[in-house]
Amino acid sequence: MGLLSPSLPSGETYGVLAEFASPKDLYQACERVRDAGYTRWDAHSPFPVHGLDHAMGLGRSRLPYVTLFFGLCGAIGGFALQLWANGIAYPLVVSGKPLFNWQPYIPITFELGVLLAAISTVVGMLAFNELPMLFHPLFGSRAFERVTDDAFFISIESWDPKFNATETERFLTSIGATHVELVRRTPQAEAS
Amino acid sequence: VSHPSAPDAGALAHQDGRPLASITWIGAAIGAVGLAASLASSSKADFYFSWLVAYLYFLSIALGALFFVLVLFVCQAGWSVTLRRVVENVMATLPVFAVLFLPIWVGRHELFAWTDAAEVAKSAVLRGKSGYLNEGFFAVRAIFYFIAWGGLAAYFSAQSQKQDQSGDERITRRLQAVAAPGIIVFSLTVTMASVDWIMSLDPEWYSTMFGVYYFAGSLLSAFAFIVVAIAFIQSRGLLRGIVTTEHVHDIGKLLFAFVVFWTYIAFCQYFLIWYGNLPEETSYFMHRSHGGWPSVAKVLAVGHFAIPFFFLMPRAIKRSRPLLVTGALWLLAMHFMDLYWCVIPVHREAWAHLRISDVTTMLAVGGFFLATLGWVSSRRALVPLRDPRLAESMSFENV
Repeated sequence: MGLLSPSLPSGETYGVLAEFASPKDLYQACERVRDAGYTRWDAHSPFPVHGLDHAMGLGRSRLPYVTLFFGLCGAIGGFALQLWANGIAYPLVVSGKPLFNWQPYIPITFELGVLLAAISTVVGMLAFNELPMLFHPLFGSRAFERVTDDAFFISIESWDPKFNATETERFLTSIGATHVELVRRTPQAEAS
Repeated sequence: VSHPSAPDAGALAHQDGRPLASITWIGAAIGAVGLAASLASSSKADFYFSWLVAYLYFLSIALGALFFVLVLFVCQAGWSVTLRRVVENVMATLPVFAVLFLPIWVGRHELFAWTDAAEVAKSAVLRGKSGYLNEGFFAVRAIFYFIAWGGLAAYFSAQSQKQDQSGDERITRRLQAVAAPGIIVFSLTVTMASVDWIMSLDPEWYSTMFGVYYFAGSLLSAFAFIVVAIAFIQSRGLLRGIVTTEHVHDIGKLLFAFVVFWTYIAFCQYFLIWYGNLPEETSYFMHRSHGGWPSVAKVLAVGHFAIPFFFLMPRAIKRSRPLLVTGALWLLAMHFMDLYWCVIPVHREAWAHLRISDVTTMLAVGGFFLATLGWVSSRRALVPLRDPRLAESMSFENV
């Protein structure tokens, strides 16, 4: 465990993993999990399921604020850099123009604004998703290997305030899970 | 899971434009009063210049709508089908602009210095341009523009209505095929028209960006007008639940994008002229650098860019009908300032306030524009009833 695995609270149990038969079952199960008041959980599907964010009760991403902040930093920084370099640190008259003039600074201001906004969006998206992540406790589940193929899952994490291993397993079965298992924090070494 | 569902036949059956017929009479009355007041109260030159601004203003809205329809077909857009008829109706007002052009033709000697043979004889530049800037060719070009715009608008409008009856999917494919060359015709004619009707007011000046400058403002004002038009139509109980927040949100995004695009083009034109500092190019800004005009430029920089840029940025504002309509109305006012800034300094050295003719000609052209729009809208369904992508559009959601 290091940089490339998720930062998780301590505990032996990671949570409960439940498998569902179809995207429709997954969608409806997500609505039930959301309505039951769970907060630390996720849905897993081989492909995007339209509207699943609503069914999961996810809010808006904070990413646009990151983009706005760094975009403004880029624009202001780009403008200030030119003002300082051309006007103060190394004053040089170019084609008879005044030393302080905002017009030629605009293209760089614009470009740096766009550049930082774009880079911060990509980096911010990765950071919010804790990517790249090479290991995840769910990888310890044999059933979960089919998540990139044809299986649909909901995982509820053990540090969810409402989590109770037996209760949560029973709940997931009651909302249509075809298979429920407890996932450990670190995978058990397989007897070979 | 929201899958495209069959359009609700009950709701669609009621989307008839007939309740909008009253706009025809209200618009015609405003137009007639505006025209009478314009003719009665202002000097000839005031009238022609103000008329030109008002004409370019409403023409830009109709042209923006035409371009938007062409682009929607070229892109095979699905999301926009429920609101496309509103855009088509704005586009379908284009033929009437051939009639509204008449005062500009009649007033050409007041408006365009290059129509004066003595002026042309004095200037080597104007003599060199006389192959293009002469009255005969000017008239021929104007007629050509009206045939091209009116023809495209009438064709798309008629075909789309025909599909309401037949539901023939081949119509969609045919319009898609015509739209691509249509965009080429559109861009060439709009560029030339803006050269003819705005740039040639100052016949020695030229800017190679001027066509796209008018185009940028045109699209911006069309999107703003569509936002207001949809809000108005929905306030009459029509299009509710058919044009949803999702569709209007997307128009809001386009509005935001064209605020940036207009600014980009406006600044690029200014910047290159400023940097090059060539007398034949700087005259445009020299002319506007005194007599109160710089304050108009500041209003444009703040009001046409800074305020709407930050105002339209949040998603919540684009999804709130009252706030988006406020932003759209603001931009419609700014677009007027923009065209005013392009045209009027040629006529008035100093700027202090709007003249009475500026208001009355807006009422006149605007009234006739609205009358046409009301008449067009009241004679057809407000939704392309049997467009093959209607179901897709009705279940459209922003992610």
